[in-house]
Amino acid sequence: MAGGEPPIGTQAMLSLDGLRALIEALAERGYQVLGPTVRDGAIVYDEVAKLADLPSGWTDQQDAGRYRLERRTDNALFGYAVGPQSWRRFLHPPIERMWRAHRTEDGFAIDATAVEAEPSKFAFLGVRACEIHAIAIQDKVLVEGPYVDTGYQRRRRDNFLVAVNCGQAGGTCFCASMNTGPKVDAGFDLALTELLDESDHRFLIEVGSVAGAEVLSALRHHAASPEDIAAADAVVARTAGSMGRVLDTKGLKELLQSNPTHPRWDDVAARCLSCANCTMVCPTCFCTTVEDHSDLTGQTAERVRRWDSCFTADFSWIHGGSVRPETKSRYRQWITHKLASWIDQFGTSGCVGCGRCVTWCPVGIDITVEAAAIRATPATSTETDHGRT
Amino acid sequence: MAERRRPRLAVWKFASCDGCQLSLLDCEDELLAVADAVEIAYFPEASSVMAKGPYDLSLVEGSITTAHDAERVHKIRRQSKFLVTIGACATAGGIQALRNFADVNEFVAAVYASPQYIKTLATSTPISSHVKVDFELNGCPIDRSQLLEVISAFLAGRKPAIGNHTVCIECKLRGTVCVMVQGTPCLGPVTHAGCGAICPSFNRGCYGCFGPKERPNTASLAAEWLKLGATPRDLHRVFRTFNAAAEPFRQEADAHGD
Ligand code: SF4
Ligand code: SF4
Ligand code: SF4
Ligand code: SF4
Repeated sequence: MAGGEPPIGTQAMLSLDGLRALIEALAERGYQVLGPTVRDGAIVYDEVAKLADLPSGWTDQQDAGRYRLERRTDNALFGYAVGPQSWRRFLHPPIERMWRAHRTEDGFAIDATAVEAEPSKFAFLGVRACEIHAIAIQDKVLVEGPYVDTGYQRRRRDNFLVAVNCGQAGGTCFCASMNTGPKVDAGFDLALTELLDESDHRFLIEVGSVAGAEVLSALRHHAASPEDIAAADAVVARTAGSMGRVLDTKGLKELLQSNPTHPRWDDVAARCLSCANCTMVCPTCFCTTVEDHSDLTGQTAERVRRWDSCFTADFSWIHGGSVRPETKSRYRQWITHKLASWIDQFGTSGCVGCGRCVTWCPVGIDITVEAAAIRATPATSTETDHGRT
Repeated sequence: MAERRRPRLAVWKFASCDGCQLSLLDCEDELLAVADAVEIAYFPEASSVMAKGPYDLSLVEGSITTAHDAERVHKIRRQSKFLVTIGACATAGGIQALRNFADVNEFVAAVYASPQYIKTLATSTPISSHVKVDFELNGCPIDRSQLLEVISAFLAGRKPAIGNHTVCIECKLRGTVCVMVQGTPCLGPVTHAGCGAICPSFNRGCYGCFGPKERPNTASLAAEWLKLGATPRDLHRVFRTFNAAAEPFRQEADAHGD
């Protein structure tokens, strides 16, 4: 294509070599490129410097409390579902120093140089539809409300997203139930669909932003034919039809909010470890705690923010103890926040159906199964007591 | 600013291996700062000076296994404004609490050539079974930076920033991929944080060195271990290590026979 930048919505074809050039083009523009790579027996999101870093020919088998890395019969680069931890690690890091101060003659002063160094500009490669929705949800919580998380805001402002339409659904995926996938619809700079057969390995690439158009214009590509577009559509349609899980969301908010004393909470509490893994892997959970540290000399102090979870006792600790001492109230808080009260707070569900909480629960507790169990025998009582249990 | 009196620190040893005290000596970079911030009044492992009490901060290592120690710990408590136990022995009774579930005389006969010289109690008990403890630091051994955090917090008169959540959270903070979900049984979901999730980061299950977390659901975790191929004997043994006498671990070990 000669001259000018392709308009938003352009669909073009990119070769494997074009993908290599895309990684390089992002690096040249000052981005730290993060994408899928094999580490510790899993496909994790980490630094990607070259095509060979991508998980060529690998896939993941996911089920409740179970994850296995397996070989594919082809060389697909994006032939897996989602990684163990989401992009949230980079945008909303697990541990972040808020400020550091030192003692002065008559008080204290904040150390300007101790504020976290200006973070890299992140380019994410391989962002799934559910993950884009999760990022949009975190934007709403952390930037679009009255209290702005400035670190997150800065990292998002400089963020470049290369999305990937899913070529296969994972065993615990249910984005189709949550209307968050598998097709990427908005919120990306560039979106890829991997097309792979005996003779060819190429990508349909779609432009989603001005920044995306500029990057594409620097890559060798050619126009997508109607056949190419049909092939890409078929990939997404096949994925939509093979979801590992289903969640019936009809009236779910009211259902959960009107069942605070359902016997299922005791049942799940007997299994739940209150280990917090589900909240740590969830791409939309945003809860943190702050820790204050001072050094031995009493000369410097700092405030550090770290991820917390409604499954810890400290999370709901107020004068005299924890508001949620029992696991059943912690689990109920988690699922009710994700699927119900999130809607009251932020206007969307807090769940995008990525399946991570199901896969990475050490005892395989499944949010779709727990919600269905409440639906199967809803309480007849009109009790709405959310109090201490 | 007027020169402040430096708080007086004492480090005490009961039945233990010294590993936790050594963690303090191991704080190479910070050791001078510690010595600057406190007066090391009593620390036989490190110094020949053994100054009399009272002490502002006592760090107590080890469990109570003799009648003499059961008395000594009361004296220490009386001389200490703030008493912190360090390590699994002082906090839960340690590995030597295995005697609580057997006949101590048999152990003594098996280990010592002249058992008649050994005077010992039938049980190994944590410091908190004898005196009031102001703060318990878990671990076998304790984590160095947690110890520095406790001392720094004491000096500043603040609460130590030591969470009582699971090892799982530490795995997730450092980005370790869960080994249990990949098929390796792990005690992390019932174990108190503190080590920084070292073992899972080396692709091993957690051994429970830091003892039970608050409200550990050991029964559910044990059921999952069985599904992953562990035997009841494995379960009995993993809950009977450094924190064998911690109540939730004791009960779970008992539930899986011998
Ligand atoms: S609740 Fe579970 S399935 Fe839903 S977004 Fe969070 S981790 Fe994914
Ligand atoms: S589910 Fe729990 S950890 Fe997640 S956002 Fe809600 S309260 Fe926070
Ligand atoms: S639901 Fe699973 S992952 Fe979440 S706290 Fe309970 S046991 Fe842990
Ligand atoms: S490896 Fe062990 S400690 Fe880490 S998250 Fe998994 S179960 Fe928890």
